[in-house]
Amino acid sequence: MNIDTPTDAFRHIQTAHCENGVTTALLRHQGLEFMTEPLAFGMGSGLFYIQIPFLTINNGPAISFRTMPGAIFKRTCKSLGVEVTRKKFSNAAAAEAFLDYKVKEGVPVGCQVGVFHLTYFPKEYRFHFNAHNLIVYGQDEDRYLISDPVMEDVTTLTRPELTRVRFAQGPLAPKGHIYYPEKVKPITDEMIRKGIVSGIRRNVRDMLRIPGNFAGVNGIRHTSGNIRKWRDKLGLKKASLYLGQIVRMQEEIGTGGGGFRFLYGAFLEEAAAYMQDDRIANISEDFTKAGDMWRASAIKMAGVYKGRLTEQKDFNEIADMLLDIRLVEKEAFQKLSGLNLGK
Amino acid sequence: MKKEDLPQEPGPLSRLTRELCYVKNEEGKYETALSNGWDVKKDALDSAWVGVNERIEEARQAVFNGEKSPIYYFMELRLMDVGVLSGYTGYFSIFTKRHLKPSVFKNLSERKLAKYASAFDITVSELKNFKG
Repeated sequence: MNIDTPTDAFRHIQTAHCENGVTTALLRHQGLEFMTEPLAFGMGSGLFYIQIPFLTINNGPAISFRTMPGAIFKRTCKSLGVEVTRKKFSNAAAAEAFLDYKVKEGVPVGCQVGVFHLTYFPKEYRFHFNAHNLIVYGQDEDRYLISDPVMEDVTTLTRPELTRVRFAQGPLAPKGHIYYPEKVKPITDEMIRKGIVSGIRRNVRDMLRIPGNFAGVNGIRHTSGNIRKWRDKLGLKKASLYLGQIVRMQEEIGTGGGGFRFLYGAFLEEAAAYMQDDRIANISEDFTKAGDMWRASAIKMAGVYKGRLTEQKDFNEIADMLLDIRLVEKEAFQKLSGLNLGK
Repeated sequence: MKKEDLPQEPGPLSRLTRELCYVKNEEGKYETALSNGWDVKKDALDSAWVGVNERIEEARQAVFNGEKSPIYYFMELRLMDVGVLSGYTGYFSIFTKRHLKPSVFKNLSERKLAKYASAFDITVSELKNFKG
């Protein structure tokens, strides 16, 4: 590989979560050196909880510990006044042509992809999940240079391989989705502080005041109620698979551990430094606690899908653990809300 | 999670990469650390695959018994559901569901069979001749 090409100025950054990673790396490439993964996550109000009713994904409950795909990049860029270009395509040829054009310009771009056909992923991880993100930062003969933020190192994909994952099908089909920051104005500390405040306020709203009972902190209670019924309703085998799915959504690669709660704790720690406000640092501890509790619940759930725990009382105990987590998170967000930041 | 508590228990992912996690250091501050994996999530992934393989075996049996068309088997083999499959073929779900019936399947045109075969990454003759 020729290391003198201009695109090599792009620096790969490994992050816990792919969309945070793309956001961080692309903004740093534009000169915003202060950008970190926790900051992108927090400004983008990334923390969430939802169990989408009546929907199953991979034959399990549709649960997410983070906000909807695409929102973090969009919100973080917007709050910093960064102009963004995003495109989707109805046909693969146009998508390829546009990507080639940006690569030739030397502009690293984010691409949404599906992981089922993503050749460098281990087979065990290749489900039909379409909200993975990676950066294309150059081309070397017939291979695209790929920076996948969840990986330690960069990799490559051939044109057919890349096109295939950009046109994966199913829920959240990427349709060749490509995005990148266009114009970056000078950013002051004051703008960063504003972005932090609006990120926190939006996250408080999403977790505490979202209508319905299946999202935000109340969504955790919703799942807790479901777990109590799963053993009778679905049978032990299926109920175990459902618990396994929760653990995967919570702990798998991309979460930073503890269902993104540690990542949010890290954000609040950074936020406290920017705002020079120790109260925020104290609330960071609450999210560390919540993350630890999520992990404790995962260990208990593992007892079920490993076949060690089989009784209804085990399901009840897991459900109770989730209720405790809900209280910790509810209180933490109420504290954040009570700070009246930005007022 | 404290840095010293970060599990280092290799799983399938460690063939590709270690993953970045957020942990607390000795001073109680957050920093990042790399993990090789955690058995709790490895076991969750394993149990998901046990579930997948059972579904595939049931699908094979259903084709063998003449209850379902080969499309059903390959759909399960490729971890798809009707929605994902119809995304790849471009046929509406309602038609895809009909194509799962052996009686409808045997009258499918070559063109439709080719669409399905390409969605499954197999040849038309593999699709046609699958007997379970």
